[in-house]
Amino acid sequence: MSATTERHVGQPLRRKEDPRLITGKARYIDDIALPGTLWAAFVRSPEAHARIVSIDAGAARARPGVHAVYTGADMADIGGPLPLAWAPPGVQVNNPPHWPLARASVKHVGDPVAVVIGDDRYAVVDAAEDVVVEYDPLPVVTDPEQALAGAPFVHPELGTNQVHQWTLAGGELEAGFAEAEVTIERRVVNHRIAGAPIEPRGVLADYRAGTITLYSSTQVPHFVRLFVALLLGTSEEKVRVIAPEVGGGFGSKLQIYGEEIVACWASRRLGRPVKWVETRSENMAVTHQGRDQIATVRMGARRDGKITAYHVQIVADLGAYNMLLTPLIPSLGAFVMGGCYRIPAVRTDITGVFTNKCPTDAIRGAGRPEATHMIEVMMDQMARELGIDRLELRRRNFIPKEDFPAAVATGVVYDSGDYHASLDKLLEHVDLDAFRQEQARLREQGVHRGIGFSTYTEICGLAPSRITGPAGVGVGAGLWESALVRVHNTGAVTVYTGTSPHGQGLETAFAQIVADRLGVDPSVVEVIHGDTGTGPEGRGTYGSRSLANGGEAIVKATDKVVAKAAKIVAAELEAAPEDIVVRDGKFSVKGSPDKGMTLAEIAGVAYIGAVPEGMEPGLEETTFNDPENFVFPFGAHACIVDVDVATGKVDVVRYVAVDDCGNPVNPLLIAGQIHGGIAYGIGQALYEHVVYDDDGQLVTGSFVNYALPTAAELPSFELDHTVTPSPVNALGVKGVGEAGTIAATPAVTNAVVDALEPLGVHYINMPLTPMRVWRAIEEAQAR
Amino acid sequence: MITAEFEYERPGSVAEAVGALAAADGDAKLLAGGHSLIPLMKLRLAAPGRLIDISRVPGLSAIERDGERWRIGALCTHTQLSRAGVGLLSEVAATIADPQVRNRGTIGGSLAHGDPASDLPAALLALEGSIVAQGPGGERTIPAADFFSDYLETALGPAEMIREVLVPAADGYGFGYQKFNRRAEDWALVAVAAAIRVQDGTCADVRIALTNMGPTPLRAGAAEAALRGAPASAEAIRAAAGQAAEGTDPPADLDADAAYKRHLAAVLCERALRAAAGIA
Ligand SMILES: Cc1cc2nc3c(=O)[nH]c(=O)nc-3n(C[C@H](O)[C@H](O)[C@H](O)COP(=O)(O)OP(=O)(O)OC[C@H]3O[C@@H](n4cnc5c(N)ncnc54)[C@H](O)[C@@H]3O)c2cc1C
Repeated sequence: MSATTERHVGQPLRRKEDPRLITGKARYIDDIALPGTLWAAFVRSPEAHARIVSIDAGAARARPGVHAVYTGADMADIGGPLPLAWAPPGVQVNNPPHWPLARASVKHVGDPVAVVIGDDRYAVVDAAEDVVVEYDPLPVVTDPEQALAGAPFVHPELGTNQVHQWTLAGGELEAGFAEAEVTIERRVVNHRIAGAPIEPRGVLADYRAGTITLYSSTQVPHFVRLFVALLLGTSEEKVRVIAPEVGGGFGSKLQIYGEEIVACWASRRLGRPVKWVETRSENMAVTHQGRDQIATVRMGARRDGKITAYHVQIVADLGAYNMLLTPLIPSLGAFVMGGCYRIPAVRTDITGVFTNKCPTDAIRGAGRPEATHMIEVMMDQMARELGIDRLELRRRNFIPKEDFPAAVATGVVYDSGDYHASLDKLLEHVDLDAFRQEQARLREQGVHRGIGFSTYTEICGLAPSRITGPAGVGVGAGLWESALVRVHNTGAVTVYTGTSPHGQGLETAFAQIVADRLGVDPSVVEVIHGDTGTGPEGRGTYGSRSLANGGEAIVKATDKVVAKAAKIVAAELEAAPEDIVVRDGKFSVKGSPDKGMTLAEIAGVAYIGAVPEGMEPGLEETTFNDPENFVFPFGAHACIVDVDVATGKVDVVRYVAVDDCGNPVNPLLIAGQIHGGIAYGIGQALYEHVVYDDDGQLVTGSFVNYALPTAAELPSFELDHTVTPSPVNALGVKGVGEAGTIAATPAVTNAVVDALEPLGVHYINMPLTPMRVWRAIEEAQAR
Repeated sequence: MITAEFEYERPGSVAEAVGALAAADGDAKLLAGGHSLIPLMKLRLAAPGRLIDISRVPGLSAIERDGERWRIGALCTHTQLSRAGVGLLSEVAATIADPQVRNRGTIGGSLAHGDPASDLPAALLALEGSIVAQGPGGERTIPAADFFSDYLETALGPAEMIREVLVPAADGYGFGYQKFNRRAEDWALVAVAAAIRVQDGTCADVRIALTNMGPTPLRAGAAEAALRGAPASAEAIRAAAGQAAEGTDPPADLDADAAYKRHLAAVLCERALRAAAGIA
């Protein structure tokens, strides 16, 4: 069997998913109706911290249509609290129990204290208002730095608000700072943001004849199955989790949520399906949030621009509880803390802190946007300090392309890269000299225009078990991915992936890959995902892993199918299996293209059973792919902003991105991911901010003041790319789902500073809201 | 959308609607475009026992010029108004939210809701328009200056309904509306409506009203006085605009504290006045 001719990979195929999505035929949780379904509504704490004195559900139970009201005490039989599955390795992590329904106390606004189950949604929401909970308010802490200083404590039994301390260090830090001729320090804030998927969460649990089927809007159905089984004290094969159409997650659905457990438990208890669909208000208050890091960042450099040492000390506000990965998230950034630069000594110290706020966990980028923001803002700060051009400073420190695969101080090996090439390409689109002239001209007219850059790399494609598993950093999660490729009698193909796409378009990308290898059209390749009742065990979609890891699994399974098919063809056509090639929709004999069989004909042989002696009938194969390394996409972004200095309002007028995610499988899908990613990053930099007041009340509880950017706020993005294949997988691909987000915030921030330099604003922290920008200008002018 | 339970009726006339309001004894709400009321009901911040849907009452959607004034039916949508060439009001209506909201929201609903962050109230106040309300006892005309009484409160009686809005045509005036918000679809953090009649290079009449600078829309009296009779020049406008926030005590919002709002009022006032005076 030799190389196939590629026809679909690399092409901008329209998404297979779109017809059902845009004609309203997709089935989300809310669309799924099972006969006899009961609805659930949660009674949630209006207090940020309180002891539960009493819960009186009498009036609620007496209402028509109400079947049950349960509290934490009723769920005493569950197998344990909600899981913290991946804690940072090697350190003590304070992990007080986090129950699906609160027991004894509540720790943040929205903490559930009871669930009402009844005939319809109106009945249970009405009844939930009748559940009388008496709270004894306790002191509240919302500022992580204050929380570290002492009482009040979120979990008084711990006597501290500190969750953990974890360090990742490589190289001689002290020596690096000693060698530095210039050292700068900044306080860099990556404020709290929300996942804000267009579809909030939802669950529908159906206990029937000893088996639980849970429909959940999740990114990780297999993990959910495992923990539902553990917490409900049942055996894993008795639980089937289905993620139907999922309307976005951005990490916020990489979680095991209390509502999933409560719905399963209540369905088993009542013998009826139980459904809950999150409201937007609930989503803003209780679906995990992200970022919220305050860092003290020191960078040392020689006068010639060589960076010699980099030290980041992070206070990470983890909110009220540890959830699935909560304390691990900042650590993900630590591995790429030095960005795309050759820095001999890099150290990250992370201190996790409890506060009376919603827990944080993975949100698009998860640790890497924070790290990238820090290093890219610091590069601009250092350039100014040294009097060296910002891009020149970057170039002097880039890891050169000859060095790849490149071991860096943080202990990981960057797979491939060519950072000069992406910056060069960016500058083909952005004429800097012309920009500077225009900028000067506009300033004379009172328009403050600025340009900012971000040259980034990140770590994704999560995998590999060698590192993520017990033998590596020891978080105990094998992050391989699975695939099953099944050719049917007619030559149609079904692919089962263990990833769980939720808007990315992976059904299309996977179909392209399989179609080329099997010589069929992508339209006859169906991709099944998000159902633990079909296909092999899987790990889900997050960490930009689905193509680099899940796609690679599909490649391997498909190649096994191809090898078997080639043997069948060889036997039928009396040729050697090595001489069979896939070309023009046929498996044919090398040198005689007219002699060949279609996949349908091969499948016919495989299923009639007339296979060569010693061969099993059938035509399907399974693989578990566990790559050797992560992948490290990279690129260079430029952002141009206008600042209305009278009001402080920032307007993004141009955004140019050059990204490198290895070999492109589908340029349309890549553009979609980059577009959304940049919007997410601009959103964080300029608009979005989860705000709690000092009493722990959520101020940004709706989209009225949690300001997601809309099309009106965003320019038309200009995209280009370089192609540096990853050596880690046969496809040569890297992840792209988070790259735009990771790159964007420093490009925007650096652009605003560039615009405001003449007014004396040399440094500013996100979010760059009009009032904050105006105030920064006022303060600079007053100096 | 899981609101509390309510009854629903759809009257066929203003008289029927007013009758239904009176009969409900305070436990009913009129429903027009629903774009202020329904969000409140969805969040259960409002739970009226009865909705009286006036959206199909005939005869309330016209915009007519009647001599020196415009008569605008209560059910005119923001979209309609924005296209009707009603000077300042049309300019203001075009800045409201997004097309979906503008296609549903009505001038009657916007005024009756009494939200100081809404755009139309300040414009009506600046132009010294008035509101025609019908109640069980008949009809009365309430000047805009007397209509907005407090945050989300108006002079409307419990069984009164807005039938139409009267706006002086203000021929000979120039207009400007400067709305400052974070996103195109947002409510104003602060906005300033201005109208100036320039005669022989002098500001013969000046009207300025402020959005979201207090519990009701407000006239910027000090700035008006400073500019009235002054030359229609950039310098005079700047000096007057500096007084835009005088006498106001704006509440702090998430995105704008009082000091910033006062600053914004001055900046926006200058821009609105320049637009009204035709100074680029
Ligand atoms: C996302 C969004 C953004 C928005 N942004 C803005 C904005 O930027 N600027 C802005 O000005 N507005 C904004 N609005 C509000 C919008 O303009 C509303 O439509 C308007 O304020 C109310 O008009 P309505 O017809 O929808 O009233 P409804 O919601 O139907 O009613 C509002 C109130 O007025 C009462 N009412 C309605 N009609 C009458 C009447 N004829 N007589 C007496 N009482 C009556 C109702 O009983 C109710 O109390 C926004 C709304 C939304 C949903």
